[in-house]
Amino acid sequence: MQEPSAMETKKMEKNTDPAVEGGLERLTQEKITKTINEVLEKETGIRLKTYVETCMRCGLCSDACSYFLSNDRDPSYSPAAKVKQTIWEMIDKKGKVSKDFLRRAVHISHLECNVCRRCSMYCPFGIDIAYMMLLVRRICHKLEITPQYIQDTVNSHSVTLNQMWVKEDEWIDTLQWQEEDAREEFEDLRIPLDKEGADIMYSVIAPEPKFQAGLIYQAAVMMHAAGMNWTMPSMPGWDNSNMAMYTGDNEISGRIARTFYEAAANLKVKRIVMGECGHAFRSIYDVGNRWVSWAMPPFEVVHALEFYHELLTQGRITIKENYTKKVTLHDPCNVSRGRGLHDKAREVVNMICTDFVDMVPNREHNYCCGAGGGVINCGPPYKGERMVNNRVKAEQLKATGAEVLIAPCHNCHSGLEDIVHHYELDMEVKFLGDIIFETMEKKVYKQGE
Amino acid sequence: MNGFIDFIMGPMVWISVMIFIVGLILKVAGIVRKVREKESYIFSYMTLYHSLRSIGAWLIPFFPRATRQQPVFYAVSYIFHLALFVVPLFLSAHIVLVEEAFNVSWPALNDGVADILTVVIVAALGFFAGRRILVPEVKFLTSVKDFFLIFMVLLPFLTGFLAYHQVAAYEWMMIVHILSGELMLIIIPFSRFSHMITAPLTRAYMGSEFGNVRHARDW
Repeated sequence: MQEPSAMETKKMEKNTDPAVEGGLERLTQEKITKTINEVLEKETGIRLKTYVETCMRCGLCSDACSYFLSNDRDPSYSPAAKVKQTIWEMIDKKGKVSKDFLRRAVHISHLECNVCRRCSMYCPFGIDIAYMMLLVRRICHKLEITPQYIQDTVNSHSVTLNQMWVKEDEWIDTLQWQEEDAREEFEDLRIPLDKEGADIMYSVIAPEPKFQAGLIYQAAVMMHAAGMNWTMPSMPGWDNSNMAMYTGDNEISGRIARTFYEAAANLKVKRIVMGECGHAFRSIYDVGNRWVSWAMPPFEVVHALEFYHELLTQGRITIKENYTKKVTLHDPCNVSRGRGLHDKAREVVNMICTDFVDMVPNREHNYCCGAGGGVINCGPPYKGERMVNNRVKAEQLKATGAEVLIAPCHNCHSGLEDIVHHYELDMEVKFLGDIIFETMEKKVYKQGE
Repeated sequence: MNGFIDFIMGPMVWISVMIFIVGLILKVAGIVRKVREKESYIFSYMTLYHSLRSIGAWLIPFFPRATRQQPVFYAVSYIFHLALFVVPLFLSAHIVLVEEAFNVSWPALNDGVADILTVVIVAALGFFAGRRILVPEVKFLTSVKDFFLIFMVLLPFLTGFLAYHQVAAYEWMMIVHILSGELMLIIIPFSRFSHMITAPLTRAYMGSEFGNVRHARDW
């Protein structure tokens, strides 16, 4: 491979990646203008227009944004500024924007916004800035300038209907392997596959079988101890994650959502319980359903937080020994602002932990983990700036003085682990399920008990 | 000259008020129609309860967390918006004009109070303009248009104030006052001033999404 000359490197914006650069190279001015106008005319309507015309350019959304706060109040990171630097200009110039402009637009929409919707709570008019950033990503997708790593996960979704290129036999094999391991401790434990008419379809994101199979083990032990009638699908549709939702590849996003609901429908389950992932929850509860034309999901969709709450309050799982380390709880945007589960999460934490300290701000107002919304999925090239862009989270975490940080979302979990290491916070990052598993009575379930 | 003054104090008042009211009605009707045409899903998420809950929460001074983080801005903004409606509607001189024309009247604001409120409005506009120049994140978003909008509000209040105190060129002051007041009414439906009617709509939608779908609060 030829080394790029120093000159060329200088011209590029820092950390731009080959998919973006390659995509930009292929574009013509005509294609840029045509694509932008097509999206604006065909896929948007009065909603966007009203947002643009209602915004008073007051800048009050700035205080909501962890990027703005982490970068010493740099105005270019303010939510409205991100809109100004992207969609406003596309509208003003009727799609006649340059490649340099687009390079920046990719960066802003994919890497400087977690689409966490905190800014909508700080805009006096409740303007949905995340919607506009996702629209910019949609345009970038249609122009084929999506960052490489996240595009790769979408390609995987497209081919395998899961995010991690997990092949069908690997998926089943992993579940059977977890079942076999667990049976050494719990004699009748099963991970029932394709059990028609089960009460619950349990569903995870593809990184669980790929890297964190232990989480499936833990979930199986909980289901077993609680005596739940549950199942997991062996067929595509088992993965509830949806990265296409974040790249604006709505067509693939819709395919993923449809396959997921179809798996549940084929199994005739009563409801869907999901593991600790926020974006997956958003994709099933809030986004995918809309794309396939259901106002609300056709199944009851339950996030792990809610499910744990149910197991504990109904006494299906008992805590043997309370967790005594000092813990704090991160509210993932997609299940707190996205589903109002923050209070239940606190109740669960208080049921199992003796020393809980809250972050400030918390609940709907919690700072984003800086990883969600597809940002961490843009991959290692951007990790450094992700750390800089989320200093405010590190400060917030540090102020709690907690030993253990509970992050009940995969994206948050990974992002916060990076932050904890980068800022040397001396904290252990755990899923809520990890702590429940550690403290629960590991009962061997006997039918009828 | 007198003919001109008669015109701007007579038919022109009617015309501008009609443009203001009809313009806003048509604006809302247009939004509703276009939502129905292309984005009808919006209606399936909106509920009256969550819309009003959100709008209500944001009307209570310093109830939303965001407003407590910017206490100075919101304090100025609340008072400014209140005075903006109270002064023109309850100014004794305006009420007298209406009474002469239609023989209806309502209680007037004490002239001294109205005077003070006008100064408050002018000062608030100065604050908004200053913020646009001095606060980096606001400056980044600001264009000439924003100063024009501030000027458009300033003009009728400032000239009204100067005319009332007969500082100089009374007749001209009055003409500018009347014209600029009418102009402001006319441009409301066609400019970002229309946030007086669109902001409750965007708030209602966000409030519904947060409350109805996401079971969370948006304040």
